[in-house]
Amino acid sequence: MTYTVTATGLCKAYGDHVVLDGIDLAVAKGSVFSLLGPNGAGKTTLVRILATLLTPDSGTATVAGHDLATDPIGVRTVISLTGQYAAVDEVLTAEENLQMMAQLRHLPRKAARQRVEDLLVEFDLVEARSRRVGTFSGGMTRRLDLAISMIERPELLFLDEPTTGLDPRSREQVWGTVRRLVDDGVTILLTTQYLEEADQLADRIAVLDGGSIVAEGTAAELKSTIGGELLRIELADAASYARAVAHLGAEHTDERLLSIEVPTDGSPAEIVTLLARLEREGLAVRKVTTVHPSLDDVFFSLTERSAA
Amino acid sequence: MTVSTAVLDSRVMVTRSVRRSFRDPEAFFTALMLPVILMLMFVYVFGGAMNTGGDYVDYVVPGLLLLCAGFGAGTTAVSVAQDMSNGIVDRFRSMPIHGSSVMVGHIVASIVRNLIATALVIGVALLVGWRPDASPVEWLASIGVVLMFILAISWLAATAGLFLGSPEAANGFSMILMFLPYVSTAFVPADTMPSWMRGFAEHQPLTPVIETLRGLWMGTPIGNQGWIAAAWCLGILAVSIPLSARLFSRRVSR
Repeated sequence: MTYTVTATGLCKAYGDHVVLDGIDLAVAKGSVFSLLGPNGAGKTTLVRILATLLTPDSGTATVAGHDLATDPIGVRTVISLTGQYAAVDEVLTAEENLQMMAQLRHLPRKAARQRVEDLLVEFDLVEARSRRVGTFSGGMTRRLDLAISMIERPELLFLDEPTTGLDPRSREQVWGTVRRLVDDGVTILLTTQYLEEADQLADRIAVLDGGSIVAEGTAAELKSTIGGELLRIELADAASYARAVAHLGAEHTDERLLSIEVPTDGSPAEIVTLLARLEREGLAVRKVTTVHPSLDDVFFSLTERSAA
Repeated sequence: MTVSTAVLDSRVMVTRSVRRSFRDPEAFFTALMLPVILMLMFVYVFGGAMNTGGDYVDYVVPGLLLLCAGFGAGTTAVSVAQDMSNGIVDRFRSMPIHGSSVMVGHIVASIVRNLIATALVIGVALLVGWRPDASPVEWLASIGVVLMFILAISWLAATAGLFLGSPEAANGFSMILMFLPYVSTAFVPADTMPSWMRGFAEHQPLTPVIETLRGLWMGTPIGNQGWIAAAWCLGILAVSIPLSARLFSRRVSR
């Protein structure tokens, strides 16, 4: 397998404050790799290092074969960065932004003009082309940001919290755009604090906490580390709750909601057996639901340490 | 990266910064109104009470010109600081372009804005009765002095914008630039000031520039003021250019 990003032992500290503590990373070409972590976990620092904006204290990395330390210009020719704050000029219009960036990519004048036209169409910005970006909605600004990134198809696209602060509809739109870029074969390094976003987009996920990668794998692998399906039973009263806790081997219990969660394999047979047991014990049950472990559960169980 | 791509990149950045300058109608209007209002105020309101020997307008033009240049440079400091607090500089830095081109864009835009203000000051001055007796050579020399001063103060302001980092702090810096001319020979001769202030007024950088321009336009004695003015401007550039380059790369690599 070819890797677009490889990193070994990346460290960065500001004085005593360690931001990255030995990061190893391998991002397969053409994949979406997500760095997931709470605020302050070091996601943005890692992105800034890989985008040549910041020099690591130690460790090495290559991007599409270019070494970060010895060939930063080479790295810059194959990457595109969309920052946490949209990297566009708010005083200029959408069209002027695209033109400027196309010229900075040294596209010939005619090719640049054609590319700008194509991108305005592709990213649904034709009607807004002559409007100042400062008047754009958050979603439109992100679309322009992504369009700029695609002036020359990059080997590696950094998406640093691309949907932070967007409403749900705009978020869906950005996700749709990102999926199209993936279909075009762009490798994407996505940072997010939204688990759903990683679940929706990423092929592989690394959970970053306190400057270290605490878990890495596909969404399914990460979920399986904390178990399979659960049957969630809400009891009607405290007495039933107490007996249910005593008899059913619950994994999670919540006294306030009078609910327990029992692991199952998710098969109808096992669920029927469980329900029959509730009946037999004469427990007053209010509601039964099945629960899939979400990335949230993975996230919370992995990052508990820093939240405590 | 070659010299030609550095020139190309700088040209793109100049276009960007000049466009931005003209996109803020309020700031642009203020920048144009300022020279006109100041000229009318100093000539017609204060001018009658000033005793500088001869018409006050003949005395005050160089000072007003520098005051407006200070205002223009303040705008530069603010716009550089704004740029630094914006995500777009990160994008520029992560592209294979010349790092200095961003600053070149700001400086050239600053010079363009200032030259427009300078032309306006001179135009209005001529309308209200300014009658310089400069020869063509003296005119050329005076334009050279103005250009040199604008270049120096623009680069100084851009450096301050980088150093201060926030638009609010940069605004404070532009206030200093705006008030500096008052404690020079811009509006009144230094010998009318108390002695402790006179020392500052006579030796601060604006005074030799003002005296040089006044000499070129009105025929007052220049002495070695021209050389002192040149030394100040070149000195400011010699500090600002390398310092701004260092600050730029440090700012963006935090």
